[in-house]
Amino acid sequence: MVAAAGIPIFDAPLVSVGGGLGSFTLVDVLRIQGAPPSAIRVVSLSDRPWQTWQYLTRVSQLPAHERIRSDAGARPDNIWGFPSYALHEAWRERSPKLVWQVLTEPVLSDFFSPRAGTVFSTVQREAERISYPDMLAKGQVRMVRRRGGGGYFTVLTPPAGTMPTKRVAIRSRYVHLAVGYPGLKFLDDLQEFRAAYNDYHRVVNAYESHEHVYEFLKTRPGVVIVRGAGIVASRVLQRLMDDRERYGLQTQIVQMFRTFVTGPHGPSLWMRRKGGDGWAYQAFTLPKSAFGGQLKAQFRRREGQDRARLAKTVGGTTTPRLRHWQRQMGEGRRGGWYHAVQAVVDRVEPTPDGRLVSYTSSADGTRNRVVSDFIIDCTGLEADMAEHRVLADLLEHGGARRNGAGRLTVGHSFEVVGAESGDGVLYASGAATAGNHFPAVDSFLGMQTAALDIAADLARRGFVKRLGPVRSTRQWLKWAAGRRI
Amino acid sequence: MIPTLFGRIQTRIFTLGTVGVVLTALITPVLPGTGGSLGAAYRVAYLILLAVAVVGVGWELLYHLLMQFRWDKDWPTLFGLLTIVPEGALMWALLRYELVPGIGGKVATSTFLTMFVFVWCGVWLFSNGPMRVPFVQWRLRGGRLL
Repeated sequence: MVAAAGIPIFDAPLVSVGGGLGSFTLVDVLRIQGAPPSAIRVVSLSDRPWQTWQYLTRVSQLPAHERIRSDAGARPDNIWGFPSYALHEAWRERSPKLVWQVLTEPVLSDFFSPRAGTVFSTVQREAERISYPDMLAKGQVRMVRRRGGGGYFTVLTPPAGTMPTKRVAIRSRYVHLAVGYPGLKFLDDLQEFRAAYNDYHRVVNAYESHEHVYEFLKTRPGVVIVRGAGIVASRVLQRLMDDRERYGLQTQIVQMFRTFVTGPHGPSLWMRRKGGDGWAYQAFTLPKSAFGGQLKAQFRRREGQDRARLAKTVGGTTTPRLRHWQRQMGEGRRGGWYHAVQAVVDRVEPTPDGRLVSYTSSADGTRNRVVSDFIIDCTGLEADMAEHRVLADLLEHGGARRNGAGRLTVGHSFEVVGAESGDGVLYASGAATAGNHFPAVDSFLGMQTAALDIAADLARRGFVKRLGPVRSTRQWLKWAAGRRI
Repeated sequence: MIPTLFGRIQTRIFTLGTVGVVLTALITPVLPGTGGSLGAAYRVAYLILLAVAVVGVGWELLYHLLMQFRWDKDWPTLFGLLTIVPEGALMWALLRYELVPGIGGKVATSTFLTMFVFVWCGVWLFSNGPMRVPFVQWRLRGGRLL
């Protein structure tokens, strides 16, 4: 049918759709487990696997020299996590301080986190080592469909002028989906404001480029409302406060928390998270053991409602309690220029002099109006999978099912349940697979976990070799020596 | 580290049984305070190592309990190093009161201290890095090998 439609067909045993860090991580593991570059095609619009991540980190106030929120041992370029990013940076920067930090974290010092730039440069080195560019097929994926004879067709639109036809198809036995987030999530009242007043200048999302806000504040004093209580809100606050310190600005900051955390919270003595001043404190996006310890094991054992309850207890918006941030916020509170409030915004309107007024209500029933020059929405990325074209098609025509969290239902090898096709398997990793047996899918370590589990399944099916202690050690030595594979 | 209870116990037995055995073999000939033959010194050294492994299972139960008070359910690297103090003190007391089966006479404090610190640091260093090289899934399974 595909051929009859005049779409040229190419063959590859495995296709990875996405071309971000999720695809890169799986391809890295498969290459280490013996797959040749010719057996893999990565379909993407990005030339470099860190491209999207680099964009999102930069606009959300994480330029290359800033430290991200990630563990020292979570290295997308190194599946072993040894040597950790802490040792890597300590060696590069001749800094014993970083060794001391990782040795004493989180007791005597903050958790070590790598610089964003360290991740870019190390992933670049690994991408070259595994011949990543040779596996890249540029194009926009339209759909992944099951074939009558087993396996899948991945239909894509290549860049204009590169192919004689508008569409091409890749026929493969295995497909891997790592498409990330479908888009930005906007708070309803801000979406309404933007639509009603066509103002994309004063109301911005932290994941959009919004440098003009900081530039404006350098020219005259202003009031900024920060909405959100997560890591991005922390970064935006840091930028505002850094600029205030650096340029001697008079910026007033109002942070609005929908849920204002006043102290330690949790259902029992055994499950109590730190918090205070509005924030829920946590080093990483989930408690550390969700990435590979006790919580990971608990999620794996539980099912259905039981698992959803656990997810609710340990989930939620959090930020790390970094000493630097605590100092800045403390100064802001004492100086009367940082105000943290519990408030839900009912609506936002423009004022006659071109500013913004937010009409809010608090949990105690008080209503208020706050005038500001800008509102920065730091509430996150779009989580509804059906917003993504390929996933929506898969849910409608490909047999895939949503789980209780609205994401794709996957099995223990990250195979998309219901989307099997003959001897072919469709795998998925990253944000689309949240709400299943493994909670930390949307993280470096989570993507490596998925990659290793997918590769183990593919080894059972004969596509790659097993990663036993001998191969693992030999491959690590090659990695350490920088030898191409 | 983010161990599960079974991960802790498996890791302790595995690392003492491999790195611990090798390091004990290396250090025993140069241990201070050993009087008799080298064979006798090895016998005592390996019996101590075995005792550390057996008593260690009990320690792991305690550590697992203490870890439950931590939201992250993690066991910081520093804890893995500092627990040398209570574990060393208990083992030293057991040896002093001749409670370790198979070891008749008293073991000199210098002998015990040298061996214990050397093996402990070696095992700690190994499990905080190189262990991940042959066993790539080890850190993702709470320290379980099986």
